[in-house]
Amino acid sequence: MTGAALALSVRGLTKRFGTTVALDNANFDLRAGTVHALLGENGAGKTTMMRVAFGMLRPDAGSLEVNGTVRRWRSSADAIAAGIGMVHQHFLLVPAMTVAENVSLGDRGFFRGFDPRAAADRVRRIGAATGLVLDPAARAADLPVGAQQRLEIVKALARDAKILILDEPTAVLSPSESGELYAWLRSFAAREGAVVLITHKVREALAVADEVTVLRRGRAVLSGSSKTLDEAAIIAAMLGGAISTDKQDSTAKKVPGAPLISLQHVSVTDERGVRLLRDVSMEVRAGEIVGIAGVEGSGQRELLRVLAGRLAPDAGEARIPARVGFVPEDRLRDALIPTMSLVENLALKEAGSQHGTMRWEDYSTRAETAVREHDVRTSGVESPARALSGGNQQKFVLGRELEGSPAALIAENPTRGLDIRAAVHILDELRSARASGVAVVVYSSDLDEVLTLADRMIVCFDGRASATPVDAAAVARAMLGLAS
Amino acid sequence: MTFFTRAVRSQAGASAAAALLAIVAVTFVVMAAGYDVSRAAAALWDGSFGSAYSFFSGTLQRATPLIIVGLAVAVAFKAGVLNIGAEGQLLSGAAATITAGLAMSGWPAWLSIPLELLAGMVAGAVWAGIAAVLKRRFGVLEVISTLMLNFVALFGVSYLVHGPLQEPTHTYPETLRLAASARLPLVVPGQQLHLGFVLAIALGVAAHWYIRSTAGGFRLRVAGEGPLAAASAGRVKVDQVLFGAFLASGAIAGLGGAVQVTGVTYKLYELISPGYGYTAIAVALLARLSPFGVIIAGVFFGGLEAGGAGMQRDAGVPAGFVYVIEALVILGVLAVDRARTLAAERAPRVMGETEV
Amino acid sequence: MSGGATAAFLESGMRFATPLAYAALGELVVERAGVINIGLEGAIIGGAFGALVFAGAGSVALGFVGAAAAGTLVATLFAFFVVTLRTDQIITGTALSMLGLGLTGTLYRTIYGSSGASLHTPTISPVAVPVLSAIPIVGPALFDQPVVTYALYAIVPLLACWFYRSSAGLALRAVGEHPEAALGAGISPARVQWAAILFGGAMGGIAGGTLVLAQVGTFAEGMSAGRGFIAIAIVVLGRWSPLGVAVAAVVFGAASALQTLAQATGWSMPYQLPLAFPYLLTLVLLATARARTAAPSALGKRLP
Repeated sequence: MTGAALALSVRGLTKRFGTTVALDNANFDLRAGTVHALLGENGAGKTTMMRVAFGMLRPDAGSLEVNGTVRRWRSSADAIAAGIGMVHQHFLLVPAMTVAENVSLGDRGFFRGFDPRAAADRVRRIGAATGLVLDPAARAADLPVGAQQRLEIVKALARDAKILILDEPTAVLSPSESGELYAWLRSFAAREGAVVLITHKVREALAVADEVTVLRRGRAVLSGSSKTLDEAAIIAAMLGGAISTDKQDSTAKKVPGAPLISLQHVSVTDERGVRLLRDVSMEVRAGEIVGIAGVEGSGQRELLRVLAGRLAPDAGEARIPARVGFVPEDRLRDALIPTMSLVENLALKEAGSQHGTMRWEDYSTRAETAVREHDVRTSGVESPARALSGGNQQKFVLGRELEGSPAALIAENPTRGLDIRAAVHILDELRSARASGVAVVVYSSDLDEVLTLADRMIVCFDGRASATPVDAAAVARAMLGLAS
Repeated sequence: MTFFTRAVRSQAGASAAAALLAIVAVTFVVMAAGYDVSRAAAALWDGSFGSAYSFFSGTLQRATPLIIVGLAVAVAFKAGVLNIGAEGQLLSGAAATITAGLAMSGWPAWLSIPLELLAGMVAGAVWAGIAAVLKRRFGVLEVISTLMLNFVALFGVSYLVHGPLQEPTHTYPETLRLAASARLPLVVPGQQLHLGFVLAIALGVAAHWYIRSTAGGFRLRVAGEGPLAAASAGRVKVDQVLFGAFLASGAIAGLGGAVQVTGVTYKLYELISPGYGYTAIAVALLARLSPFGVIIAGVFFGGLEAGGAGMQRDAGVPAGFVYVIEALVILGVLAVDRARTLAAERAPRVMGETEV
Repeated sequence: MSGGATAAFLESGMRFATPLAYAALGELVVERAGVINIGLEGAIIGGAFGALVFAGAGSVALGFVGAAAAGTLVATLFAFFVVTLRTDQIITGTALSMLGLGLTGTLYRTIYGSSGASLHTPTISPVAVPVLSAIPIVGPALFDQPVVTYALYAIVPLLACWFYRSSAGLALRAVGEHPEAALGAGISPARVQWAAILFGGAMGGIAGGTLVLAQVGTFAEGMSAGRGFIAIAIVVLGRWSPLGVAVAAVVFGAASALQTLAQATGWSMPYQLPLAFPYLLTLVLLATARARTAAPSALGKRLP
């Protein structure tokens, strides 16, 4: 371990949200001149810890040191002034403003002027010094995703950030863009700064970081140099060693049944005329799980919605069974109405097709059955959906969509944001749906997850869908558009 | 179904708390302004619920348009449509009703009265329809468009009573009066309470049944509470539902205008609505958008307005004071509501599964 | 139409436009911070009443201070509910309009007697700018007005400059477009909205004060006469820019003046038509894509 000075040090940090303990006496040390990966499952407290360090959240207990001095933030403005910059997972850019305006946003002083020409010069100067080149006059909304990320970093650098915190920065980048970003971060750390990289991708973390800290359930459970730690040790620390991910899969059927979903030359175009799906043909058979993979924005979002009958193609023919379950990624927005009871949320699935009067007693019985059969922990079917934990909400959604024996089930990132136990439960449910003859389609941004589930793989690239072997290397090549 | 009664009970509790809060604030203001509180309160009571006359001819008569228009607002808000144009829809309904009523003079009551009310509903729906089309086709915020349309309707009525519909002597800016056969019958002997009140109650019951028990009512609720989930999980055509709710809301508000013309004023003039469309927002809100609640809140506000007149007469408290009370009730509901939401957000959740 | 009649029409149009411009410029700042203040009507009538109380006690200048203070007071309540408690903007605004109208009416009758006897405040008279006011036709309209109108000539460019050429203006627009992004940049959206709403209230109050102190010379119940709502239309018509709002205010002012012109010249046209026209124009404009993209993206939405 090098003896370099600590750029950022977090001691005994505790943060509660209501009765949820997000951080529990957690420690974290960032050495100057290093890239430090902060690893952990979703909900482990990584983002919370860094938001505290960035002054966006107030800790309930614990202390913060920057360059050896104890600091206390009133708001993120204080953290920014102390040389900390944060690039959030969901970019915080004002779409209607230009690059120069976005960079100048947050300059202090009520009467301080804003000179577009000087602001543009500043963007160009930073570009020349760091290689993060941007057009100062371009509107943020018009930038491609990679450039938006550059803009986020330039924003931080314009405030003289010496400590950069990046939250899942590669989630929206192509592999080559990720490579460029990582190389840049390494050179930034070597030149003057220090970098915290929040991620859940173990392999990437080991490749790019000097040091690694693993959070689990709000505590730092492992910390050390990336040279001395291996993948297995980190995964064990992330998962707590309680659950094996290599679960023996006994439900796989060798012979799939008849095709239930069939797409022929399907295309989808958005309102701006951008082709999101191009000439996709595929089918899904009873009793199989088809895995979908693709880099963000490759058309899988639209493909899943066509398969689920939620999106009508502009061209081509889609044969979709009448009863198809759909588990969308954002359950609190697209699947559930948080303020309504589980009974009403169950009835929701038939809201569009019902006529006449609602038979609430029936729905009540059905909701109770779904809750019982899918192990949803709730104080009752009349409690609102928002009172359930994320895992139980997802179990309920899945239960609702599997209720009434659907012919097909389409699931989009079904384990996102869930803890390991709930995630394993959800994956088991998908397997047992396959066993009972449902045609299952699963997309996951976690390639390992979809590969352990799928009988067949379909990879989206640039709006096209192609079949690939169920093999990590082959799928990864197809995701980049390389011929297999 | 116990859940529904429980929810309604707790919501009613919150509304009562808000009303109480407002009454305390009002008492304070009355005292601070140097009025005799007990005399003002007695006058308020006498003018609203204190006698058969004040109850039937005062409170319930004034409650009638508030209930009907309150239902219009509740239906729209329930679907997530912020229709603050009930005032304009009421005015266009009133104008259409008087036009139809005067044209049908001499027709039998059983024919002319339903047609008058129908004309009011259609006109209200058309007026709301302008904003609904602007919203659906062009994405125009209905808050702004309905507000604009309120003013256009106001000027429209002003034009009609100064122009084409003005009474033949051209002395007063008002229309001729409706023939007796074109007026709503009175329902309580010796009182001025008209059939419109019965209609309002029936409409409230029907709306309650529709929202609670029918598929269409459920669609209305899910479209308002969670439009994206309704579209994705329920395959509800949210656009269509909102459009329908907007038109229905306009039709109901138009009926409010029709009832006022055929039951109370018998003619059209510029100030036919002292802001029913705005007071109705307070009514609907106090009622938590529940139709039964609208009936109760409508009677409460009707009593306030009737009592306010009495308060001015007997205790010298200006009648405009009723607006202060109404405003405080809205603010009270908003504050109580907010406290409840905050409490709900603090409800326990399982650790590690909260996305933070 | 004779030159004299035209000049009189333009002059009275400017007079009608002045309070509208104050209210609308205030509302513009509020909407740029992502808030629709339908309670502006309450601030205007509050300002009118404040002007009466303070001018009666002292001078016209004190009257304007009182007007701004009263408008700010109403806005404080609005900001507390909408920003601090995060209540619905539309419903809160509706309540505050009612509160302003009801409370001023009540206080007026309580303080000045139930008769509502005519009560006169000192007023400011138009000050003719030498030479410029002699320009034919437009001279009197632009340069023979009370000082409050002239102040607008400075406020509009200052506001435009502040919007597009200052850090604070940048922060204001960012909050109206994307409050989370503003927060991430170290700006407190709640604080920006509070400040914007208070400014809007003060401007609304001055609008009410102008009615009393530069035009009518007395207070009347409900004398704001919907100007708060007109101001909201003006902001839309002016496409959320200071200069556009100033022009739109003149359009609405001219529409009011046209009514008096029509009556004076015996022009046979329903006088309601020019009154309704700006609203119809706003509705038509709303349907065009340009107006919609000009609207702040987070307009009317609750802060997260």
